[in-house]
Amino acid sequence: MTALATATAAPAAAPASSDTILSVRDLRTQFFTRDGVVRAVDGVSFDLKRGETLCIVGESGCGKSVTALSILRLIPRGAGRIVGGSIKFEGTELTTLPEDQMRKIRGNRISMIFQEPMTSLNPVLTVGAQIAESLHIHQGLDRRAAWDRAVEMLSIVRIADPKRRAGEYPHQLSGGMRQRVMIAIALACNPKVLIADEPTTALDVTIQAQILNLMLELKERLGTAIVLITHDLGVVAETAQRVIVMYAGRKAEEASVEELFRNPIHPYTRGLMGSIPRRTATGRRSNIRGRLQEISGIVPSLREEIPGCAFAPRCSYAVDRCRTEQPPLDPHGPYHLAACWEAARVAATPR
Amino acid sequence: MDGTPGATAAETVLRVKDLKKHFPVHRGVLSRVVGHVFAVDGVSFEIHRGETLCLVGESGCGKSTVAKTVMRLQEPTAGTVELNGNDITKLGQEELRAHRREMQIVFQDPYSSLNPRMSAGAIVGEPLTNYGLAHGADLQARIAKLFERVGLRADAMAKYPHEFSGGQRQRLGIARALAVNPRLIVADEPVSALDVSVQAQVLNLLIDLQEEFRLAYLFVSHDLAVVEHIGHRIAVMYLGRIVELADNADLFGEPLHPYTEALLAAAPLPEPGAKRERLILQGDVPSPMKPPPGCHFHTRCPYAEARCKVETPKLEEVKPAHWVACHLRPRGGPFGPLKARAA
Amino acid sequence: MATTTDVAAPVAARRRTGALAWIRRNPTITIGAAILAALVVSAFLAPWLADDPLSFEPINRLKRPSEQFWFGTDQFGRDVYSRVIYGTRISLAVGISVAVFATAVGLAVGVLCGYYKRADAIVMRIMDGLMAIPSILLAIALITLMKASLFIVIVAISIPEIPRVVRLVRSVVLTVRGQPYIEAAIASGTRGLTIMVRHILPNTIAPLIVQATYVCASAILTEAGLSFLGAGTPPEIPSWGNVISLGRTFFQIAPWIIFFPGVLLAITVLAINLVGDGLRDTLDPRIARRM
Repeated sequence: MTALATATAAPAAAPASSDTILSVRDLRTQFFTRDGVVRAVDGVSFDLKRGETLCIVGESGCGKSVTALSILRLIPRGAGRIVGGSIKFEGTELTTLPEDQMRKIRGNRISMIFQEPMTSLNPVLTVGAQIAESLHIHQGLDRRAAWDRAVEMLSIVRIADPKRRAGEYPHQLSGGMRQRVMIAIALACNPKVLIADEPTTALDVTIQAQILNLMLELKERLGTAIVLITHDLGVVAETAQRVIVMYAGRKAEEASVEELFRNPIHPYTRGLMGSIPRRTATGRRSNIRGRLQEISGIVPSLREEIPGCAFAPRCSYAVDRCRTEQPPLDPHGPYHLAACWEAARVAATPR
Repeated sequence: MDGTPGATAAETVLRVKDLKKHFPVHRGVLSRVVGHVFAVDGVSFEIHRGETLCLVGESGCGKSTVAKTVMRLQEPTAGTVELNGNDITKLGQEELRAHRREMQIVFQDPYSSLNPRMSAGAIVGEPLTNYGLAHGADLQARIAKLFERVGLRADAMAKYPHEFSGGQRQRLGIARALAVNPRLIVADEPVSALDVSVQAQVLNLLIDLQEEFRLAYLFVSHDLAVVEHIGHRIAVMYLGRIVELADNADLFGEPLHPYTEALLAAAPLPEPGAKRERLILQGDVPSPMKPPPGCHFHTRCPYAEARCKVETPKLEEVKPAHWVACHLRPRGGPFGPLKARAA
Repeated sequence: MATTTDVAAPVAARRRTGALAWIRRNPTITIGAAILAALVVSAFLAPWLADDPLSFEPINRLKRPSEQFWFGTDQFGRDVYSRVIYGTRISLAVGISVAVFATAVGLAVGVLCGYYKRADAIVMRIMDGLMAIPSILLAIALITLMKASLFIVIVAISIPEIPRVVRLVRSVVLTVRGQPYIEAAIASGTRGLTIMVRHILPNTIAPLIVQATYVCASAILTEAGLSFLGAGTPPEIPSWGNVISLGRTFFQIAPWIIFFPGVLLAITVLAINLVGDGLRDTLDPRIARRM
């Protein structure tokens, strides 16, 4: 626990400044199942600056989606809850905010888009009505004005013939168009923060390119800060300014995107990068059909308390200390944090 | 089609010719046929021993239907599928069964492709019992060997699928496919449901097995990076047709079809700052129920001409072992940003 | 997201819990099964627990419940308690026989429909037709065509229940048939019949057991209804429906004649439904997984 305290007390590389719009400190979210407590998010801290793109990357079960749901307090009641830490949005503490106040923030100041656009849209309402609804609730626009603004939003997300499309139902749209509608709903009220949870995972690559481009362009135009949650390092490289790598509910590494890809320090980050078949901009790879680097073993169960570094059982650098003591997030150069006891030794080893 | 794309002297395991699969669409009380989904619309290719042919394309392009139809898990509408020189499209179920030993399949979803009520050992051993290849202690020994070959502990045989992780389940699926020593393994998106670190394990395993048993793979995937990693030859599909077929290095080094070019440009690369001149396709893939006339791609193609809208381009060998279906190609000349950048 | 990967693992953990914990977790099954067990035991031990349900004692007509006649007597001086205890036999026999018979026939027909498209189109229309007729009317019609006997009553009640089982089995077969592991089995050379027995049928068992309990409860009610209308079991047999039917005319002066069989009927059906609901919760993985 002491190790963790230092980790959270010293966000050395990213101090909270007036520029910070969202500040998460030592967030802990747990789920309570028949078979015990699942520590889905286990002490995560980060800051989000105005207008920046922050990527949270990790494999399934690493807690990246739960982190997002926690920020909006969307953890299903009864299944789990935030058990510790703080989430400050423009100075307001969200973890203790009454639900009616929270509702004013959700979808208005902070909005979210999900992986599966079909299930996030109401099948019996026209898409125009769904966009207008949030404008009506949050901005108090009358019906006519809200509808006009909805049509305008559809044209902003580049849906051709927005007047006609506004009157259509979700099933009449393609997957890519539905995700555009989701973005239109999310951005309708000019939120300060947009949380996108795997927004392109369900889409084809050519559509993914359209959607990512659209998101980044709108971010520039509206000044929205984006938290992009993904498992795809390619998406990270193309969109992020800063990156957080999560593993087993904890933050393993945080750095600017260039720094992270040039000089990954945590053995997990290195493993992740080595295990993806890489395409390069030149279209040539040196080792076609060469062996990919594997991360042996499997993700640990979050039901048991992990005393040391969560990655230790799968890590080739692990020493005894890694299994007993949780490593703090230490700075490694300008704005680069990594939670690894053996960071110096790892950094000295060529990839 | 002129000849069979990719024909060489090597030992051919699978030869698919002009394969078509049209699904009738029913409507109304009398379930009248109101149209067809042209899922696969004239696809030809060959796979040789020890070779991986990748089918790549976006959802709805018909790549998985090709896999299922080749396996005859779906009946082809037209065309032939020759396995070791025998056309299997007209065989009855019992005759087909004898040929099934030669071709096995690995599925995408490691959860639903294993019967949850059977033990892992029974699942892997099922093909062996089906063909009466082993009994009793011999069967157990062979199952144990298969488990070890795919990197699972033999004492996990008594466990049930839900007790395994996703990657381990996919290993079970691979062990089941290997059990009867097939020559061809059809892999339908075998790693897309897995996390990247696990995906690497499974891809490595597939490559090792191919080298050990000289397996032929028909590898279906939407992930260009995976395809580039594992494929010897790549076929790019769009709306039921192959638009380009070439060796790995040729296809990724010098894509000739505008769709291939766009596909390569769209895939994000794990290289920050690699700001690329991007060809971003506009619009969506048209419905396979009403594919556009002429070249299916003309509705989204930035180079399309009048001719593309009426005349269907043939898949032609424009360079040695590089087949392309595009009217503009024979006129030569690079027409994409990819080419421009390479220069 | 974080939970989905972890949910599949802990079956082993669930096994170590004892019988007591199981009971605590499944109170509905426990209560229902206890009541049912008591009913079954009393049905078996009827000759020892009760007197002859048919013996007339005109002196003791319409006696209130007392030390001697726990549930009172009817208009012929027969002991209502004895008749109700013996009636348990009839009700349970009808319920269980109908459940077994309807389930067996429904399973066979349902599998046929799920597997052969052509049979499906015809058979399912017949089943829809059967379901459109109120079951009690259909049973009355069938019984009037034949001579009243317990066997005929069971058959007559079973037939309207069959379509429900058929629909269930058919939907399970159709769902399972679409699963990739069935394709995997075909691809690895499994013959049609083996696929049926090894891969498809085991999946129908859990929902069938649950459905059987509902069929059983509904059959008991239908039988009582038929007897009450005088169309069911021959009146000399003391089924609950017959007892109620005969007591009906004396309802105002001797309500106990219909009160006790009525209460037992309600308790029986309730107990069976409790067991059914409990089984559904434990056997249906979709609901169980949510816990």
